[in-house]
Amino acid sequence: MNKATLLRRPAWRMEQCAPALLLGLAVLIYVAIALSLGLTRFLTPEATVSILNRSVALGITAVGQTFTILVGSIDLSVAHLISASAVVSSAIMNGDPAMMVPAVVAVLVMGAVVGTLNGLLITRLDVNPLIATLGMALIIQGCLASFYGRFDGSVPDAFQYFAYGEVLGLPVSLIVLALLVLGAWIVLRFTRFGSNIYSVGGNRDTARAAGINTTRVVMASHIICSLCAALAGLYLASRLKSGSPWIGTEGAYDLESIAVVVIGGTILSGGKGGIWGTVAGVIIFSLIDSIFNLAGIDAFAKQVMRGIIIVAAVAFYAVRSKRIVA
Amino acid sequence: MNTKHPAIEMRGITKSFPGVKALKNVSFSAHCGEVHALAGENGAGKSTLMKILSGIYRPDGGSVVVNGEERHFTHPLAAIRAGIAVIYQEFSLLPERTVAQNIFLGREPTRRGLIDHKAMNDEARRALALFGSAHRIEPSTVVADLDVASQQLVEIAKAVSLEAKVIVMDEPTAALNEAECEVLFGLVDTLKKSGVAIVYITHRMPEITRLANRVTVLKDGEVAVRFDHVPEPEAIVRAMVGRDLGDFYAEPAAPQEIGDVVLSVHNAGNERLKNVSFELRAGEIVGFSGLQGAGRVALAQAIFGLSPFTEGEITLSGKPARFTSPREAIRAGVGLLPGDRKAEALVLMQSVVDNGMLTSRALSGLSGNANATPFVSAEAMEKLLRELDVRAGSFAQDIKALSGGNQQKAIVARWLALAPRLLIFIEPTRGIDVNAKAGIYHLMRDLARKGTAIMMVSSDLPEVLGVSDRVLVMRNGELVAAFSRGASEADVMLAATGEEAVAA
Repeated sequence: MNKATLLRRPAWRMEQCAPALLLGLAVLIYVAIALSLGLTRFLTPEATVSILNRSVALGITAVGQTFTILVGSIDLSVAHLISASAVVSSAIMNGDPAMMVPAVVAVLVMGAVVGTLNGLLITRLDVNPLIATLGMALIIQGCLASFYGRFDGSVPDAFQYFAYGEVLGLPVSLIVLALLVLGAWIVLRFTRFGSNIYSVGGNRDTARAAGINTTRVVMASHIICSLCAALAGLYLASRLKSGSPWIGTEGAYDLESIAVVVIGGTILSGGKGGIWGTVAGVIIFSLIDSIFNLAGIDAFAKQVMRGIIIVAAVAFYAVRSKRIVA
Repeated sequence: MNTKHPAIEMRGITKSFPGVKALKNVSFSAHCGEVHALAGENGAGKSTLMKILSGIYRPDGGSVVVNGEERHFTHPLAAIRAGIAVIYQEFSLLPERTVAQNIFLGREPTRRGLIDHKAMNDEARRALALFGSAHRIEPSTVVADLDVASQQLVEIAKAVSLEAKVIVMDEPTAALNEAECEVLFGLVDTLKKSGVAIVYITHRMPEITRLANRVTVLKDGEVAVRFDHVPEPEAIVRAMVGRDLGDFYAEPAAPQEIGDVVLSVHNAGNERLKNVSFELRAGEIVGFSGLQGAGRVALAQAIFGLSPFTEGEITLSGKPARFTSPREAIRAGVGLLPGDRKAEALVLMQSVVDNGMLTSRALSGLSGNANATPFVSAEAMEKLLRELDVRAGSFAQDIKALSGGNQQKAIVARWLALAPRLLIFIEPTRGIDVNAKAGIYHLMRDLARKGTAIMMVSSDLPEVLGVSDRVLVMRNGELVAAFSRGASEADVMLAATGEEAVAA
């Protein structure tokens, strides 16, 4: 009687493992180049740690950016917030180890305030996230430019433990990043809040109709993103001993954090993706750097290649998911 | 008839949208353990009424009473907490999440603060088990991987697992085949026995006869009639249409009005279509029927070059016509009116004239004058809009302020300016009120009389049967049946759902 079987075999969801494939490809190229050039010292565990360690700031920022993009928003103010955090923390500490805790607290509060403002602009005033966070970026930049000079401090040696310290042979900063990723994974996969992020990003009306407080979810995602950026600023201050007001924009952390999230398979419209993709994206980016360093290609060509890789990755995902829908 | 409070009662509900008065003083109630059918044409206000009940819209006037208590829902959550669950026509599932995640959207079971995926899957499996073993859907499947009927069942499972006291079903059988419908009806009976009040929105008479205890018919945003028992289907239909069917639809084409073959499609296909062959002649309206996803829209888009055919022979007035872009199709004399006007057809923030001139300007090249294209000038467009009786304060005003019927006529004017040989209408009267519908039908017939071939894709079966000279039925990307005028709804439904082999 019932000819139509309702149980259809799930289509092979290629796009879910695509970031892993890309990562594998990048690793393969890296290893192949290192071997062909006879540079086996770049294949040791220490070399791996150093590759990963190079992307800690980007990694921390990208973890936060994953939240805003998953919820269907975006944050362009992270780079300037990173600069502000670095400057403010080194100004408050000013070489005094006793001021470390107040400085960290102050910077995190600043991050929370910026995130809250971003969230309020987007949810209450209905400003497009691109414009809201771009405006916020300009505001932060302006404040920094007018206050800088009055605040030039440096962080105490003790604070540099964050960037240079080691526990069991692993850099402290890498451990912090790993814990952050783990925390993000638990939140996104195992909490109702994480589930709500996917729902709001997938379809805000559906989420609202299901009784989810969409405003609160968007706000919280932005606060998480800004807190991560503030943490990245603290890390950079620790690594460079003092903050400078162009540290964030120089690293292009705004656009690069978005790029690695997207390379990791999280779609820009939100609702689909995850933290492991972002991790893969960050590692792919730092592997690309390492590959170019090994092969001795100059910095401008490197930039061109990065651009091509971002576009190619996203086009690849788009083609794949179209085929699956059809 | 019932002494205790109704489960829900809506009193004197009024609601307006810009340009349309959607509901006028509508009262409606449902008691525990009854099925109250809500019937009416598309655009009669059924969905608006239910969106007010579920807290998505706020009424301009009137009140909602739940269990004898007046309530003002300001958020859908308030309605859900009050025990009201709505299964919408457009599914509200998240395609990238699993079945279980969708069923427990926003209320996932947790243990020590973390989501208990196992409990969630088990609970979802239990809710789905109500549909019998033949319809088992794995809770961990991603919804995008399910077919439409399964998605519908997930929607219903979601409402059931909410333990709602009132369940509103908005045309729940639209995407189901007959066997699946029987399962749904059984489920409605079970829910009814367990004391749930069910509001069942449909315009299919057999479903009303099979399920309902009471029937309310809405027409143009008002209660046309209410029956405390289930009457003859004819009485309901008469109330829905509110006039004789005779002049609601235009006269069909007389044999001598049907001319030469305009479009001929032979063994054509692409990834959504298989081996499609048919002809459209000048002067005839051919209706395409079938379930959601049967390939009707895909066929229209293939002819129009939006998602082209990859195989087959297609000719337009004898010339090869396998178009690979809409621009090519339009140049050759094909026009298409999309089903989703707002998203696909209109530039909402531009004027009525600008919308009318959109395609003419697009095809007139760079040297042309925006107000005097080779096809139509702005003055001629205004004249055309007047001829088509497009009602607007001024043709310079933004088209978004016009009613659906007038917007649709403005899009017809857009195509008329190009004098097409073939016009494709997709869901031509979706969201248009009943009287404006008749206007669109007569307009389509006038175009056909002037020698245009018209292809109409519609999910509204009475409309397909009333308007078309011939009806072609699609299923799974293939043409499965052809009917000449006078086919019954049952014939077409059987062919569309594939319950019985029907010779083409």
